[in-house]
Amino acid sequence: MAKPKVATTSLCGCFGCHMSLLDIDDRILKLVELVDFDRSPINDIKKIEGQVDIGLIEGGCCNEENLAVLHEFRKHCKILISVGDCATNGGIPAMRNMVPLGECYEEAFLNGPTVVNPTGRIPDDPEIPLLLDKVYPCHEAVKIDYHLPGCPPSADTLWAALVALLEGREPELPYELLKYD
Amino acid sequence: MNTEAITFTIDGKKIEARRGDTILEAADRAGVYIPRLCWMKELLPAGVCRVCTVRVNGRPQAACTQPAAAGMVVENDTEELRQLRRDLIDMLFVEGNHFCMFCERSGNCELQALAYRFGITAPKYPFLFPRRSVDASHPDVLADGNRCIRCGRCVRASRALDGKSVFGFTGRGPQKRLAFNGPNLAATDVAAPDHAIAACPTGTLIVKRVGYKVPIGRRLYDHSPIGSEIEPPAPEK
Ligand code: SF4
Ligand code: SF4
Ligand code: FES
Repeated sequence: MAKPKVATTSLCGCFGCHMSLLDIDDRILKLVELVDFDRSPINDIKKIEGQVDIGLIEGGCCNEENLAVLHEFRKHCKILISVGDCATNGGIPAMRNMVPLGECYEEAFLNGPTVVNPTGRIPDDPEIPLLLDKVYPCHEAVKIDYHLPGCPPSADTLWAALVALLEGREPELPYELLKYD
Repeated sequence: MNTEAITFTIDGKKIEARRGDTILEAADRAGVYIPRLCWMKELLPAGVCRVCTVRVNGRPQAACTQPAAAGMVVENDTEELRQLRRDLIDMLFVEGNHFCMFCERSGNCELQALAYRFGITAPKYPFLFPRRSVDASHPDVLADGNRCIRCGRCVRASRALDGKSVFGFTGRGPQKRLAFNGPNLAATDVAAPDHAIAACPTGTLIVKRVGYKVPIGRRLYDHSPIGSEIEPPAPEK
């Protein structure tokens, strides 16, 4: 029987959640026995190649590219999981949500105390994905099946949830593995 | 005071109470935990957060303000009430800006602890990201309005326990905000040891320079849920 497929990505996140996944230590050997990886920064595959059983999303949506990737994952993943506080509630990047987008740009590129920008232009190269008005948690953009909060969720939390899903159980976390920090 | 003993039931369990007890006080003594947020032992109950809502003879009531009466039938730990409490907690999260990952109160916060107890992994309502203010003017105390749930515990504690009346509210409904009896916190006579600061269940009122002192793993709610100090330990399996 073919092994279940897992895909992962980091949207508006810091890769801390992926680091936490690597923190499962030697259980990572067991994980590669249990699953195959599709698109993931771990193997540097850039596009989802087929149907995926479990998709792990780190980070919320701050720009149009994040949204496109999230939709790609939703389309190809049977089970989609928000991993970490940024995916579940916007996290640190969402601190900009209380400030209008225009003011954020001005502070970052024109008025900030450390800005050096002789052209006085806000970067607008078409290669740069456009920012959304706010940073959105993933479940406000697509349907998310499970949430694993934490900044990052501990390796034990990720492991417990993955093993439960691979064994066909609900990923219900014991009290000590559900944390927001 | 009339101390005549009365009995009533919570979820079918017989509870002994003294006349004058609230449902919540009688339940605490009997080892039955009713979730609560704006209630605090040393303060008069305010009945504002509604997290302690129970059904009394079928009608929703705040357990922290409702007096116990002989023969009343109280429902507490039912799926309906658990759902209602989860919804209230969800709303408190989306109506403020709760960045637990860097909040000094994380691990010791009653709002967060309730969310853990109810197994909330993400709120079901959309986040509002309101614009709230931070007052860092005082040398020893910080007030971060992003985390205020308007429970009024600081207001009552400052008045009743500190004799100062430093805190109050302005505005109504969604505009209701924590206010101080001065142009800013530094202009009030608040002090770090005040009961009002310790009374805050969230990370809104914070004593400066002591944040993160207790390491992760040794904080109040790291290992056992809020309420387990009231409930008898579960029988060993
Ligand atoms: S006050 Fe409580 S819920 Fe809010 S950010 Fe701080 S720890 Fe989290
Ligand atoms: S500052 Fe704290 S105690 Fe006062 S109303 Fe806000 S959350 Fe409650
Ligand atoms: S604890 Fe009873 S209403 Fe808040």
